[in-house]
Amino acid sequence: MADRQWGFATRAVHAGATPDAETGARAVPIYQTTSFVFDDTTDASALFALQKFGSIYSRIGNPTVAALEERLASLDGGLGAVATASGLSAQFLTFASLAGTGEQIVAAAGLYGGSVTQLDVTMRRFGVDTTFVPGADPEKVAAAINDRTKVVFAELIANPSGEIADIAALADVAHSARIPLAIDATLATPYLCRPIEHGADIVIHSATKFLGGHGTTLGGVAIEGGRFDWGNGRFPTMTEPVPSYGGLTWWGNFQEFGWLTKVRAEQLRDIGPSLSPLAAFLLLQGVETLPQRMAVHVANARAVAEWLAADSRVSFVRWAGLPDHPHHELAARYTPEGPGAVFAFGVRGGRAAGERFIGAVQLASHLANVGDARTLVIHPGSTTHRQLSEEQLAEAGVPADLVRISVGLEDVDDILWDLDQALAAATKDET
Amino acid sequence: MSEQGNGEWTNPDARERLAIVRRTKTVAVLGASSKPQRASNFVATYLLASTNYDVYFVNPNETEILGRPAYPTTAALPVVPDLVDVFRRPADLPEVLADAIDVGATTFWLQFGLFVPEIARKAEAAGLTVVMDRCLKIEHARFHGGLHLAGFNTGVISSRKQQR
Repeated sequence: MADRQWGFATRAVHAGATPDAETGARAVPIYQTTSFVFDDTTDASALFALQKFGSIYSRIGNPTVAALEERLASLDGGLGAVATASGLSAQFLTFASLAGTGEQIVAAAGLYGGSVTQLDVTMRRFGVDTTFVPGADPEKVAAAINDRTKVVFAELIANPSGEIADIAALADVAHSARIPLAIDATLATPYLCRPIEHGADIVIHSATKFLGGHGTTLGGVAIEGGRFDWGNGRFPTMTEPVPSYGGLTWWGNFQEFGWLTKVRAEQLRDIGPSLSPLAAFLLLQGVETLPQRMAVHVANARAVAEWLAADSRVSFVRWAGLPDHPHHELAARYTPEGPGAVFAFGVRGGRAAGERFIGAVQLASHLANVGDARTLVIHPGSTTHRQLSEEQLAEAGVPADLVRISVGLEDVDDILWDLDQALAAATKDET
Repeated sequence: MSEQGNGEWTNPDARERLAIVRRTKTVAVLGASSKPQRASNFVATYLLASTNYDVYFVNPNETEILGRPAYPTTAALPVVPDLVDVFRRPADLPEVLADAIDVGATTFWLQFGLFVPEIARKAEAAGLTVVMDRCLKIEHARFHGGLHLAGFNTGVISSRKQQR
């Protein structure tokens, strides 16, 4: 093995995928099988006791999925990864592995809506209390941590606020309480920012978005940096004997490999949201061009954000790459190439104007996803948030005229043409 | 002693240790014992049975260990070991290190219970890679074969079929 430190683009196409040892297949084979034969009973018992790592059953691990896991771990500079059926299930396994009844999570307010309900409704019903902190302000996060807190959680790039988490400051706050910092870096991808390099312990992605990149496939991943001391006394489930694995302890037997091994061998085993081999293959195809695609996504996003910001028909643009965004400096620090390609802007004229804008686009697709190769738009005021009054919308940080855009890979002039004609249609009655 | 060292000195992280385990071809076990109950014998048994390492034993008080000759000194080995795996008392470490430097070993690996930052700094100043308070058997077993299948970052990038 060469000792070379391989570059990001090289790892995006190679990491986790040497030619198949049996067949020489160069692309990652799709191991579409539920189960794997054992060499003999000794081999089987060693695998079941976690005395060796190997393939047993595809709910817990699969070679195609492993190729994606290692590739994403490599790109994020992590020790390893566990892939899951969706981003939310990666998050759920992470939270479920860390916190139980009577324990607490401190999370940024303004998370993705599905993350808020996962924590605020489902996890809370299981007895895990989440304290939401506006803006993930590090001082307020520190104040919210108590002796039952097990993890601090924030999104690197929030939506629709466009706010940027101060990862290094949050890591200091979490580590001084001897708990890990988990960062959802879905909208950044490891191409724009690698949170582990800034002190985060766990990175979560919805691979459905820019990692897959083509709007075809759901998937998620939890990556760990491997530097957190799980033996520090705050995580008894990491240090107490595990009866279902012969009394081993995750930290004692696996040390820095312990948490990921627990997430795989216990959480995937018990909860079961595994990624299918075919989905892993499709996501791998996307990851291979991640650096090239993200460079274009973020360049197009910059052009679109600047064009919108200069247009009098637009009431606001919330992209931290613009100098007037309150987190412009944080964006410059954590995502120097630009804070992603998903952001919100306002169409002057309120809820009706936003609705007309959505009705007028001809190239951008009106749907509820982000991170597709295609440009996507949605108007919460007339869809997901339709039932809220204008006052309630304002309270939720979602003005009635807010449109979210996920800037795609089309020619930027064509994207701008579409936005221009849709803005014209939306604001026709205003002028 | 924490996983990350004690503030005075920090071990290579897991990925760096994986790289050490993978690039090592020849191992000299210093202070190896022929007594089965000794940790060094346990580790030696594993290294012979479950790795592709070329393994040599150094102990002036032994003649044969696990059917292999025991050499009196590191300098007496018929090869230059890539890695010296040290099962000796802390007081012996300065001499052990001097021998390792003299023969041209590249990794100075101290087993569980041996953590002496001053020695580590001397070894590093002489160009050796140092791991302390770690068991080579555990590190190898952890990384052996299935690590990739468990989603871990092995660092392997290659256009060639991989051998175990």
